[in-house]
Amino acid sequence: MDTSDLKLDGNAIAGTMRELFGIEMTVAPCVCRSCGAREVMACVDVYVNAPGTVVRCRHCQSVLMTIVRGRDRTWLDPSGLRLVELPS
Amino acid sequence: MAGAAVLGRLTWEIAQVTAAKEETARVRTIALDVPHWPGHRPGQHVDIRLTAEDGYQAQRSYSIASAPGEQLELTVERLEDGEVSPYLVDELRPGDGIEVRGPIGGYFVWDGADARPALLVAGGSGVVPLMAMIRHRVMTGSNAPIRLVYSSRTAGEIIYRSELDEIARRHDGVEIIHTLTREQPNGWAGRVGRIGPELFADVAWPPSEAPSVYVCGSTGFVEAAAEALVGMGYDPPSIRTERYGGTGG
Repeated sequence: MDTSDLKLDGNAIAGTMRELFGIEMTVAPCVCRSCGAREVMACVDVYVNAPGTVVRCRHCQSVLMTIVRGRDRTWLDPSGLRLVELPS
Repeated sequence: MAGAAVLGRLTWEIAQVTAAKEETARVRTIALDVPHWPGHRPGQHVDIRLTAEDGYQAQRSYSIASAPGEQLELTVERLEDGEVSPYLVDELRPGDGIEVRGPIGGYFVWDGADARPALLVAGGSGVVPLMAMIRHRVMTGSNAPIRLVYSSRTAGEIIYRSELDEIARRHDGVEIIHTLTREQPNGWAGRVGRIGPELFADVAWPPSEAPSVYVCGSTGFVEAAAEALVGMGYDPPSIRTERYGGTGG
């Protein structure tokens, strides 16, 4: 197994995102703060092998978001995202 | 935006296993009864959670294999170092309960609503969500042409082989193209070798026909398939991909 085997995509966190936000997020466009690339949430790179979940931009590999689950709470750091577009 | 409506909280439910069927030596299909199941769309998945006696929890996502309107079925491949799949493939029995939440996902979904051709590309157990799409196409009598390009390592690892053969025989507009990457039985009439530009040049529609494309497999498989299709002139956003943590095709 090399590191590419550990790389998934945004579909892998669809359940977690829906749990946290209450909506289907894989079709939500998001913009990378670092390179400005715009992709739907399904098309980000997701690494679930770290102690938390690390979400990276597919184009520049910058960290978009990290998600750490605790027993009774979740810490979500979205600081690598400039924008997430949600339906009204 | 389809699939993006407010859905409310995603809650864990105890599903009951009603049947289990061996597909290959490492792959099994599990039929589940889920209370309050709202129905699903072809391509969606569920999350499954196992809890050990000491409270340790492991959670994984599994694609739904059945068509909308059919009983919920998951097809699971045993990963030798997996935390969840060996239990699902080897231990779980009809009558057992298991924690499930879903359906989940709105991107990797094909409803067959338009008549455009659909090119489905599967590596190994990546065929599972694509099978839900094919079964949906068969059940609804949609006229959308479908081609499944399905890469397996050996003939014995082809999942749903007889059902796929039967569907292709009985339904005009559904074509199945197998390729085997590791070994081929005597008299193998399908393709040989990995999915790439050469194979797609023979079996993929030209980009001008604007097919919708769904690729599911390991990360390496998905990246190779998407790269080959983009090389043929496919527009990257037209290629929907889903990667999983399993073994390849």
